[in-house]
Amino acid sequence: MKIHQLSVFLENAPGHLATPCAVLADAGINILTLTLADTQRFGILRLILREWEQAQQVLEKSGFVVKVTEVVAVQVEDRPGGLRNVLQIVEQSGVNIEYMYAFTVRAGGKSIMVFRLDNTDKGIAALLTGGAKILSAEELYELAGQGK
Amino acid sequence: MSFQWNDHNGSFHPDSVFDFLPEEQLRALQLQRLRATLERTYNNVEFMRNRMDSLGVKPEQLRTLDDIRRLPFTEKIDLRDTYPYGLFACPMSEVVRLHASSGTTGKPIVVGYTQDDMETWKNVIMRSLAATGMHRGDILQNAYGYGLFTGGLGLHYGAEALGATVVPISGGNSDRQIMIMRDFGVTAISCTPSYFIHLIEHGASMGVDLKSLPLRIGVFGAEPWSEEMRCYIQREANIRAFDIYGLSEIIGPGVGIECACQNGIHIFEDHFLFEILDPKTGAPVPDGEEGELVLTTLSKQAMPIIRYRTHDITRVLPGRCDCGRSIRRIARIERRSDDMLIIRGVNVFPSQIEAALLKVEQTLPHYQIIVRREREMDEMEIRIEVTAEVFSDRVSEIERIAKRLSHAVESTTGIRAKISLVEPQTIQRSEGKAKRVLDLRKLDAPK
Repeated sequence: MKIHQLSVFLENAPGHLATPCAVLADAGINILTLTLADTQRFGILRLILREWEQAQQVLEKSGFVVKVTEVVAVQVEDRPGGLRNVLQIVEQSGVNIEYMYAFTVRAGGKSIMVFRLDNTDKGIAALLTGGAKILSAEELYELAGQGK
Repeated sequence: MSFQWNDHNGSFHPDSVFDFLPEEQLRALQLQRLRATLERTYNNVEFMRNRMDSLGVKPEQLRTLDDIRRLPFTEKIDLRDTYPYGLFACPMSEVVRLHASSGTTGKPIVVGYTQDDMETWKNVIMRSLAATGMHRGDILQNAYGYGLFTGGLGLHYGAEALGATVVPISGGNSDRQIMIMRDFGVTAISCTPSYFIHLIEHGASMGVDLKSLPLRIGVFGAEPWSEEMRCYIQREANIRAFDIYGLSEIIGPGVGIECACQNGIHIFEDHFLFEILDPKTGAPVPDGEEGELVLTTLSKQAMPIIRYRTHDITRVLPGRCDCGRSIRRIARIERRSDDMLIIRGVNVFPSQIEAALLKVEQTLPHYQIIVRREREMDEMEIRIEVTAEVFSDRVSEIERIAKRLSHAVESTTGIRAKISLVEPQTIQRSEGKAKRVLDLRKLDAPK
């Protein structure tokens, strides 16, 4: 139910996004999706990759600070109000969304949202109870064309 | 000896006669006073006696001024180790004043003065101010801090003795500084150069142009500053700006000052003996070459100091100054031989920064201190490599850590620093050791 996400610390300066991407490219690792949280002073690059353990290794070997976090991927109806339904379920459960971002692939009128929750297990339970479709890691990789 | 004492322009005071002693007379006076200082120290300060005994030096072996090279050095650490009164050469009943360094980490440094020492201090300040052209009738706004810091009270009594009117405003409260400067008809000011630049800008924001005021003399010290800063100050405030040199360990402000020629700092050699030495070998360097300034007090009673290593790098300016003073000049201090930084008048050691970082992080991260002078103000940035230990996926969490680091640095050093978190391995290392300090301030040598 949980997806492994890598977070990488970056300085907020020109050229600093390219290096981790190059490290992954050289290792032949494909990035399924990424998002960048940035402040004036620094950024956090968040990556979802199938080979996340290998990616963590090569990034750390290249000197990056990497943290593995667990996120939840939820299928959302690709229509107005689709996201609202999911958000309502989470909000009503009292779980806090620390951040969220959309996945780059869409399939069959559905899009995929990635949530980072302050209480992942409670959030998953609420989403399942509320009838939301949570993707397993394997389902997600498959949808992104990275299935086994 | 002949000179004209002209009270009208006040270029010197009767006591300034010691600035003009013939060379031979000055050296004879120095030797006589050095002998007395050594005897006083040897007889009354156990710490110094032990140190001299271990080197096999006795005061009576001193026959010429050059024999001073046989004497041991005194370091800042010696003042810490003997805290508080271990270097005093008189009973406490004779000490009329104590000052101390801020000592934000560890022990402060304590210095004491007898009534005689107060007279000496007053004398060198009076001569300092006279050398800048200040005189009776001037109104001096003394914006150095009053209190344990030697700046405020040090300037105070010498200025009064000169006959100037002293406004003991101390530091801070810029609104009031500008108001008093304008309303009191202030003609002279003393403070750190960076604070004065702040006052120029603050005045402008209040609609007060310092150029339009009767202010004509600025006495600035307690931090390094450059010719560029002098030009800026002189232009923007229409005053003449003078560099005053001193350190608490020796007496406070008044060890030396620039005269009206603004070409080097005259050291009051009748009270302070200086040497310029190679900081590595301790051997004297030829006149005109750079080295570390080492000072010996010649008149201090409460706390005579033998061969104090200032770690300030300077050189003798050969030849007699156009002002006619025979006391020699050194170049303005541009840099130091140790890692101490002087930022906005505050002494900062990298070890203090390390202690602060360790308050927040379990292990010492790689860090680098960068000091810049932006808009003529010293700014300290600390670049810190992010470790797995502190890195979090949450932006707010990282910002919280940056804030805690910033608070720790400020509470340890008294200086607010910009904290920049950087990626691992990005701070330049030399031989595996990170280059800790990058001082990018540009300070020009006197021309």
